[in-house]
Formats: sequence, structure tokens, C-alpha cells
Amino acid sequence: MKNWYKILSVLLILYTIFLGLLGSVPRLDILNETIRNLYYHVPIWFAMLFMMSVSIWYAIKYLLSSNAVHEVKSFTAAKVGFFLSIPGIITGCLWAKFTWGTYWTFQDPKLNGVAIGILIYMAYFILRSSITDELKRARISAVYNIFAYVMLIVFIMILPRLTDSLHPGNGGNPAFGKYDLDNNMRLVFYPAIIGWICFSWWIFNVKNRIAQLNLKLNDQ
Amino acid sequence: MNLNQISTLIKKEFLLEFRQKASLGGILVYVAATVFISALSFKGQIHTHEWNALFWVILLFASVTISSKSFLKETKGLGLFNYVYYSARTFIMAKIIFNMVLMLIISLITLFFYIWFIGGNIQNFSLFFITLALSSTGFAGVLSLMSAIASKANNNFALMSILSFPVLMPMVMISIRLSRQAIDGLSWSVSYDFLLILAALNVLVIMLANLLFPYLWND
Repeated sequence: MKNWYKILSVLLILYTIFLGLLGSVPRLDILNETIRNLYYHVPIWFAMLFMMSVSIWYAIKYLLSSNAVHEVKSFTAAKVGFFLSIPGIITGCLWAKFTWGTYWTFQDPKLNGVAIGILIYMAYFILRSSITDELKRARISAVYNIFAYVMLIVFIMILPRLTDSLHPGNGGNPAFGKYDLDNNMRLVFYPAIIGWICFSWWIFNVKNRIAQLNLKLNDQ
Repeated sequence: MNLNQISTLIKKEFLLEFRQKASLGGILVYVAATVFISALSFKGQIHTHEWNALFWVILLFASVTISSKSFLKETKGLGLFNYVYYSARTFIMAKIIFNMVLMLIISLITLFFYIWFIGGNIQNFSLFFITLALSSTGFAGVLSLMSAIASKANNNFALMSILSFPVLMPMVMISIRLSRQAIDGLSWSVSYDFLLILAALNVLVIMLANLLFPYLWND
């Protein structure tokens, strides 16, 4: 059965919506009930990072093989990842309003990392749309994609050394770190990650099929 | 990669740069004018942290302006000649080394103007100097590849800055942190880690440029 992951993603996400809202959670300072955001906010970011990695994987494959199919896949994955960053930011902003008292702050390395990541992918889309020649466009945007991804990973790794994070689990904030995340929460959190990753793979597949058909249409 | 060819290419770049006095002079005037405007706007009342941030912003814009034209000079015929005569890695290495030297000179001149016009009190000058050197070489490495990309995409300046600013962020943030520590005169032991990261970033950027440029080159 080749559609197993679609069914799995629907079931898992439904499961996390029900159990995430109804299940028991530990009472922690500041966080209180907002700790449930862990089930939605964090898995969405994981799915986004997964899509960005898929995008890089196909960009490398394209540069090695010069097969336009791979480049279209890479572009599609980047688009899906970018799309996922929107619910990621919205859930994060709402949560921050109720715990930190503000929608956005420049004091947190994770927020800055996300902002830079979004700028990088916007630059990638602008670069890709500013070149008209197809072969040239594919090659140049694949090169930028790889370079930017490496710099983004470096940025995410360095940032926490520069400023302490306000996120739960960092800098002494109460959180779902190693010791606070109880087994009840794990039962929802881990399925949520798998569910959202499968869901992103599903969106990617649908969008990719459309893009591949368009590629074939253009070739004729 | 051929060392002889690299040195020939670098020599050629310097010759061209000094022969066309307008381009180098243009950058100097650009830097001087920017620093002068900032000096007039702040009227001598500037705190160390703003002093630091303003310096890096000026340097960032200056370096993007310098390197945006590093692939612009290649005309169609010259590009074809280079393509036949040199390998991609030789060519990008020569470009990067040339840009690094040029950027070092420009950043020193910027610092000179900046301290002359606006003043400044750097406690640990040698740390500041090393930071400036490492970050300007890093900027040069990133911007060489970015200008190669932008030159393939109709070469407009806006695209160049859109592409390079987010990618330069890790270096800029570390440099600002290091130079702040230098201004405050913190001891060296606090800064070793960051200096190491900055140096490692330089190496990483050169390696990536070497890996990726051949794909831009075979056009």
C-alpha cells in the first residue's frame, strides 16, 4: 500500500488534536496550559526543517545529475517548507503573547534564526524568478540553495552561544526539557512529530506531481 | 588548481583595479561620504555600542558595493577566454584572494575615516584589528560567490544585497560581538571561542565556494 503515510498522518494529527487538548499536562510556572502548544508548534517546525533538508537533498542530486526533475522537486520542497513556517510562526507568536507578553522579540536566538531563514528562502524564490533561462535558473538557484542552507545551519548552531534563549528549556526557564517532559506528554509529542512530517511529505508529493506535469508541458 | 595561474590572475585583477582609478576611488569616496554623513548626523554624541553597530553597517554596505562588481568586469569575450584557459577552481580562488586583499584594505580605510571623523575609544585594539581582518576576509569569500550568482542573474545591485545579507548574518553577529568585547576591553580568554568560529567560517566559505562555483561556471 503506497498511501500508508497519508492515512497515518491524518490519524496521528487527529489523535494529537484530541489528546493534546484533553490529556493531562504537568503544571509548570509561567507555561501552565500553554505547554500544549508543544504538540503543534514544535512538530510544525520539525516538518519545515525536514522539507528544507529534502530540498537540499534534491538540489545536490540535481547538481550531480543535471536532471531537471530533481531541481523542480527541490524547489517544490522549499515552497512547502516555507508554507509550513507560516503556521509555525503564528502558533509561536500567539504562545509568546501569553507567556512572554509580546508577539515578537529580538532577544531570542530561535526567533532570529527563523527570521534569517525566511529571508534566505525569500531571496531564493526571488533569485529563481528573476532568471528566465530554464537551465541557468535551475543551476544557479540550486547553488544558492545549498550555500544558504549551510550558512543557515551554521547560524542556528552559533546563535545560542551569542544570546541566551527565552524558549522553555533554555537559560533556566521551566520547560519540557529532559526532566519536565513526562511520559503522558511524550505519548502525544512523538506521534505529532511523525504525523506532521508525513503530512508535509504528502503536500510535497501533490505539489510535486503538478510541478512535474508543468515541466513536461513546457518541454513540448 | 594551479598556483601559477592563480597568481597571474590576481596580478591581472590588481592591475585592472589600479588602472581604472574610478572604481577604487569611487569606493573610497563612498566610504568617506557615508562616514561623514554619520558624523554630521550624530554630532559627536554616540555611545560605544551604537558606534560599534554603525561601523559594521557601514562596512557591510561598503563590502557589498565593492564586490557586486567583481564579476561585472567580465565581458562576453573575456569570459569565454577565461573559461577556456582557466579551471573553475583556479578562477574562483583568484577572485576570492583578490577580494580578500581588497576588502582588508577598504576596511582599514573605513576604520581610519571612522575614527578620524567620529572618534572612538577601543580598549583592546589588537583584538579589534584581528576581528576586522577575519571578518573582512570572510565577507569577501561569501560575497565573491554571491556576486558570481548575481552576475548570472542580470546583475542588479538589489538582488546582490537580497542574496548576501541573510547569508552574511552569522559573520556579522559574531563580529559585532567580538568588536564589542574589544571596545569594552574584556580579556582575551572570553574571545578565543568566537575568534575560532570566525576563522572556521572563513575556511568553510572558501571550501563551499570551491565546491559550488564549478557548477556556476559550466554555463
